[in-house]
Amino acid sequence: MSFDVLIVGIGGQGTVLTSNILGEACVIEGIPVRGAEAHGMAQRGGSVESQIRIGQEYGPLIAPGTADIIISLDLMEAARACHYLKEGGRIFTCREYVTPTTVFMQDFPAPDEQMLLSLIGDRKVTEIDAKKLAEDAGSILTLNTVMLGAASGCLPLKEQSLRDAISRTVPKKTIEMNLKAFDLGKTAGSVQ
Amino acid sequence: MVVKYRFGNEAIAHGCLEAAVDTAFGYPGTPSSEILDTLRALPDRQFYVEWSVNEKVAFEQALASSWCGLRSMVTMKHVGLNVASDPLMTSSYTGVNGGFIIVSADDPFAHSSQNEQDSRIYAAFARIPCLDPSSVQEAHDMVRDGFALSEEFHLPVLFRPTTRICHSKSDVNLGDVIVSDRKASFEKDPRRYVTTPAHTRVLHKQLNEKQAALKKRLVELGYNRSEVRGKTGVITSGVAASYVREVLADSVSIAKIGAYPIDEKWLANFIQGHDRILVVEELAPVIEEVARQVAGGIPVFGKKSGHVPYEGELSPERVAQYVLAAGLLVKHEYPAVQQPAGLPVRPPILCAGCMHRAAMYAIKKVFRDGIFPSDIGCYTLGIQLGVVDTTICMGASITLASGMAKAGETHDIVCTIGDSTFLHTGIQGLINAVYNDANITVVILDNRITAMTGHQPNPTTGITAMGVERPAVSLEMICRSCGASFVETVSPSDLVQFTGVLKQAKARSGVKVIIAKHPCVITERRAKINRGQYMVDRDQCIGCKACVKFGCPAIELHSGLAQITDLCSGCGVCIQICPVSAISREVKE
Repeated sequence: MSFDVLIVGIGGQGTVLTSNILGEACVIEGIPVRGAEAHGMAQRGGSVESQIRIGQEYGPLIAPGTADIIISLDLMEAARACHYLKEGGRIFTCREYVTPTTVFMQDFPAPDEQMLLSLIGDRKVTEIDAKKLAEDAGSILTLNTVMLGAASGCLPLKEQSLRDAISRTVPKKTIEMNLKAFDLGKTAGSVQ
Repeated sequence: MVVKYRFGNEAIAHGCLEAAVDTAFGYPGTPSSEILDTLRALPDRQFYVEWSVNEKVAFEQALASSWCGLRSMVTMKHVGLNVASDPLMTSSYTGVNGGFIIVSADDPFAHSSQNEQDSRIYAAFARIPCLDPSSVQEAHDMVRDGFALSEEFHLPVLFRPTTRICHSKSDVNLGDVIVSDRKASFEKDPRRYVTTPAHTRVLHKQLNEKQAALKKRLVELGYNRSEVRGKTGVITSGVAASYVREVLADSVSIAKIGAYPIDEKWLANFIQGHDRILVVEELAPVIEEVARQVAGGIPVFGKKSGHVPYEGELSPERVAQYVLAAGLLVKHEYPAVQQPAGLPVRPPILCAGCMHRAAMYAIKKVFRDGIFPSDIGCYTLGIQLGVVDTTICMGASITLASGMAKAGETHDIVCTIGDSTFLHTGIQGLINAVYNDANITVVILDNRITAMTGHQPNPTTGITAMGVERPAVSLEMICRSCGASFVETVSPSDLVQFTGVLKQAKARSGVKVIIAKHPCVITERRAKINRGQYMVDRDQCIGCKACVKFGCPAIELHSGLAQITDLCSGCGVCIQICPVSAISREVKE
């Protein structure tokens, strides 16, 4: 059995980079890994998901109801994907969310935080003030690394492998900033 | 050998390097594009890479390379093979010299495609071998070894990964890169390369005579293999084979098809050792057809029995469901869960500052009751703005427009087509429309790049896939030489001017061409163009939603009033839309 991680967000937020860090960490530890993600039409500001299966030797797809954890960079996307979580799994999500442009264009009622949380129901959720922590780390662009840090305690990977994977994967100039974001996320994820 | 975490298309590209590929051509198309993008981005590349203007052009050049003795490949998405199908169907007759791999990436579930066609059928149609990988590692190995297979049978090899191979990732064993020392040399042989009727009849016979040996060889090479584990069995291929391995009980046999054509004797032998067979494959029942032919009295389940769908992509939980329904055993069952309802959708959307949006907004304003054939590219997302009435295949915007006009449709017909799509297969339609005097307006959305597939250069860009600067082609001169007399080039960023040109076009008859020319906003961002951002004066805003309906992702509505977010790229189109001048450039203090 693999440890399955679903990473969701909006095109441009860095779900792919986050999954690359996890994949790299698996290679560092010599663990087989499979991943899948959306490209092409699915980019451009739409809902995106990356699937990472740590210890998996077969296919890259996670079945609904079986993900060990969900890492979400947007609360609305966490609600959209929460059915992927297995019983007893945990969702780590950014507290903030972006309202889709279609809501404004088509006068669709905009959901609020309470409604989104009620859709997630009684699944275990850790909400992180990831936007603020990313800014504290130095850039909103590190939001994905904050969330990875927040979830890191639950992953079957050594912290050092994750840190090395971050250093190998993110742009050189941003390594320090991303490691700081990882630490801020880790602290925030573990106190709850 | 080294283990790396790699994207499917990167692993495929590496397989080419290990086979010492000499030339690589292609036309971008999801999910195939990153293969050539990986090859062209190599810092020390010593071979030729080209983004050609369309798949037929790419195919024929790659074929020529092979005829000159080089190892060559051509990449495209499945529907691109339709465009290249003309040379495909006869290249199997002429055969090849240097190994020749045709990559045609299929897209089950049509994640980013207009249909779900199955390239394996093209391989059978052309009678060439087809390799069908089930994992990233296998995709890498198949491409690496496919060149030699092509050389052994002197046939093109069709390599058919699917979206879940191209766009999945895995730890992969990569081998050493080999640099080729082959030199191109064409040896004349008219009986082979000139397919006159007399020659081609002989070539067709030779092609048919290769088939039996080919089928046997694909089993010998281990592409088609079986594992007998019980009295029931599953035959499977592609990424579905990985799902089958994940869910199937250990007491059920597996035959894995990695290559076509399938050796019927080998398959019959597998089937007849079992009481019951299920075929699990994505898209067309290619394996199932063969299985049913050779099954004798053994029951075969699959698409034709209603157990596996003909459309869409498979997944572990779906495969488990089909296996159970066919009376076979699974390792474990999957929970039945429902996605929460009631959330607003978040579809892909044109970027903030994208000039396609401005152009389409103006078209809708001027041609309120118009009919809007469109084409394939980012601008297909203009469906959200009500300016995309048709999309069927590359280049079909102009021809559908002229066809409607010739059919007698009396509404204004305004079609939209991107620069790359126009060069791909739009030009012929324009010549035809002008020559036959169709009454249509053609708007070429010219952002100077093939944006949707990841910013590949095309002849309007001024740079080749090799990174060499070349004079960009002039769309205006092409259109004029097609015979169009009304050709205007204007940027949609100036809505007043752009609207004025649309009105002129509306007042005229015949073919009117408007080139809506403005760089892609992503190109601008990469070039570090910073135009600042805009803001809404909430005291002035009357909440009319004119800017919100424009559909820019940077414009939101809060407490009934508009607000511009950090996504703003400073294009300034919204200030031209606001009826009360409530939007202005943000002044940083």
